[in-house]
Amino acid sequence: MKTTQAPSAPVLTIDRQDERLRTSSGIRGAVDSFLDRVRSGDLGVLPVIAGLAIIWTVLQILNPKFLSSSNLVNLAMECAAVGVIALGIVCVLLLGQIDLSVGSVSGLSAAVVTVTFVNQGWPVWLAVGGAVLMGVVIGWFYGQVFNRFGVPAFVITLAGLLGFLGLQLYVLGPIGSINIPFDSPLVYFAQLAFVPAWLSYILVVLAAAALFLTDLRHARARRTAGLSSRPLPSMALRTAGLLLAAGAIVWYLNQARGVGWMFVFFLALVLALNYALTRTKWGRSMFAVGGNAEAARRAGINVRAVYTSAFVACTTLAAVGGILAASRLAAANQGSGGGDVNLNAIAAAVIGGTSLFGGRGSAFAALLGIIVIQSISSGLTLLSLDSSFRFMVTGAVLLLAVTLDSVSRRSRSSHGRA
Amino acid sequence: MSSHTTMAPTKEAILSLTGISKSFGAVAALKDIDLEVAPGEVVAVVGDNGAGKSTLVKVLSGVHSPDAGSITFESRPETIPTPMAALNLGIATVFQDLALCDNLNVINNLFLGRELSRYRLNEVEMETRSWELLKQLSAKIPSLHTPIASLSGGQRQTVAIARSLLGNPKVIILDEPTAALGVAQTAEVLNLVERLRERGLGVIMISHNMADVQAVADRVAVLRLGKNNGTFRVADVTTEEVIAAITGASDNVVSRRSASRLPAPPTQESAS
Repeated sequence: MKTTQAPSAPVLTIDRQDERLRTSSGIRGAVDSFLDRVRSGDLGVLPVIAGLAIIWTVLQILNPKFLSSSNLVNLAMECAAVGVIALGIVCVLLLGQIDLSVGSVSGLSAAVVTVTFVNQGWPVWLAVGGAVLMGVVIGWFYGQVFNRFGVPAFVITLAGLLGFLGLQLYVLGPIGSINIPFDSPLVYFAQLAFVPAWLSYILVVLAAAALFLTDLRHARARRTAGLSSRPLPSMALRTAGLLLAAGAIVWYLNQARGVGWMFVFFLALVLALNYALTRTKWGRSMFAVGGNAEAARRAGINVRAVYTSAFVACTTLAAVGGILAASRLAAANQGSGGGDVNLNAIAAAVIGGTSLFGGRGSAFAALLGIIVIQSISSGLTLLSLDSSFRFMVTGAVLLLAVTLDSVSRRSRSSHGRA
Repeated sequence: MSSHTTMAPTKEAILSLTGISKSFGAVAALKDIDLEVAPGEVVAVVGDNGAGKSTLVKVLSGVHSPDAGSITFESRPETIPTPMAALNLGIATVFQDLALCDNLNVINNLFLGRELSRYRLNEVEMETRSWELLKQLSAKIPSLHTPIASLSGGQRQTVAIARSLLGNPKVIILDEPTAALGVAQTAEVLNLVERLRERGLGVIMISHNMADVQAVADRVAVLRLGKNNGTFRVADVTTEEVIAAITGASDNVVSRRSASRLPAPPTQESAS
C-alpha cells in the first residue's frame, strides 16, 4: 500500500487530539516515552535483561566455556521442562493466587507416563494423553475446592504438594525408579531431536515475516479507523531487530548441535499463551480478575470459571513439564519433580517480571525467568560448585527480583500507573 | 410534614415504583416508597444516613428484591430479580465504588465483560467506539491507553458512567457520583449528568450534596427513615425546605446550627 501513506501531518488522528498529549513521533519520541515509562516504575523486561547480562558476563569471566555454543545448546534444552511449568505459574500468579504443587504434579505425571508406557506397554500418545488429562482433572479439582469452599489456594496446593507426592511414590511402586528406553520417541524428542540448520533459518525468517505482516495489517486497520498507527520505519526496525537477534542466536547455536525441538515446543507454548493472554477475551478476564475481582464480577465476567481455568492451565502445564523432564532424564524416579523444581518454576515466573500481587505479568516472563535460573545453575555446575551455591545464588536473585517488583509497584502507584 | 406533595413528572414516566417496601428482619428499610422518572429527567434522591437510599438503589439494580410493591418499566409491570435482569431491562447503575480495574486501560475497562470478538479481540473497533462514546460525553481523557490508576477521580467517574452507557440503557442510576470529588471535577460530572439528560435518559441521582441537587436535578425526592417525605420540583423549592424534609422538621439541629452561626458563637472564641 504505497498510496495510503497520506500526507496527513496536520490532520490529527482521533486519539491524538487532546492538546495535553505530548506528540512523540520518530525515534526520539519512542526513546522519550520509553524513558518516561521506566522513570515511573513501569520497568517491563528491562531488569531481567540487565540481570541476565550481568550474570552472563560474570559467569563467562569465571569460565570461558559458559557462553560456548555447546553449553548454550544444553542450557536451552534444560530450560524447556521447568519453563513450561513456569508458564502455568504465570497464569495463577496473574490472578494473585499461587500453586505450590506444580513440582509434585509434574513428578506424578512423569511417574504415570513411565508406568503406563514402559510397564503397561501403552502406546506413547495414550500414555502422554493420560498424564495430561490427569493434570487437567487436578486443576479442575483445585478450582472446585477454591470456588465452593473458599479455601486459600496456598493451602489447597500445599495439600496437593503432599498428596500428589505420596501418589507419585505409590504409582512408582517399591522399586521407585523406572527407565524409559533410549529408542522411544519420548527420549528422542527430549535429547536428540534438533531442528536442521536450514529449517531453523527458515523458521526465523517466517517469524520475522509474520511479525511484519501483523504489524502492517494492524497499522492499516488503525489508519482506516482514523487512529494513530505505527509508522512504517518503526515496523521495519522491529522486524529487522527480530530477524538479526533471532538469526544470530540460531546461527550461534547451530555451531554446535543447534536448536532442540523441545525448546521450540516451549517457545511455541510461550507464544500461544501470550496470544491467549493479550488477544482473547479470556486473557482480558484474567487481568481483570487479578486486578479487581469484584469489578470483574460486576462486569458480568464469570470469575469462578476464570479461577478454575487458571488452575487447570497451571496443573496441565505442570503435567506437560513433568513429561518433558522425565523424557530428558530418560527415567522417572522418586525424586522426579522434587527438590527445587517447584521453587525454580515459581522463581522463574517472578524473576521474569510477573507480579505476586496479581494483574501484571506476561508469558515471556516465564521464558526470561527460566533462562536466568538455568544460567545460574549451568554456570555454577561448570565451575564444579555443588548445589549449595546454586541454591544460595538463586535465592539471592529471587529476593532481588521480588524487591524490585515491590519497589517498582510503589513507584507505579505514586506515578499513577497500576 | 405539610410539604408532602407528590409532583408528577412532566412526561410519561419510563420507570415508576409504587408502594415498594423492603425489610431486613425487624427493620423496615423501605416502606411504601413511590418514585417516578421520565425520559430526559434528572430525579435526585436525598436523605440522611439510614434513610434507605442505598436500599432503594439495590432494589432498582436487582441486588435486593422488594417485599411488596410494583415496578413499572415502559408501562409494563416488571420484576428485577438479578443485576443482569436490570441491565437487560435497560436500567444501568453506577455504584459509588465505580468497580473499575486499576491495572487495565480505559478501553479495556469500558469493554470489560463485553469485548468484541471473543477469540481475536477487535481492539481497533473497541478504541474507535470508546473515542466516539467519550466524545459524545465531552469527556476530557487525553489517552485511552493509560491505566485507570493514572486518572483523576472525575475521569474515573466519567469512565464508569460511559461504561454503563455502552449497554444503551434507558434509565441510569448514579450512586453519590460527586461524593469524593473536588470542585472542578464535581462540575465535570454535573455537566455529564446534564448530557445524559439531553440524550433522553432517565437519571436517578443519589446525593448528599444540596448544591449538586440544585444544580442539575429537575425534581428531588426526599427519603426519611425509609418513607417518602415529599417530592419537590427543584425550581420551586429552597434548600432549607429540602433540608427540613430530610431531617423531618424545620426546627432541627441543622437549622438551629445555621441560626446560631449568624452571631459569632462565643464558645469558639473561648476555645481558641
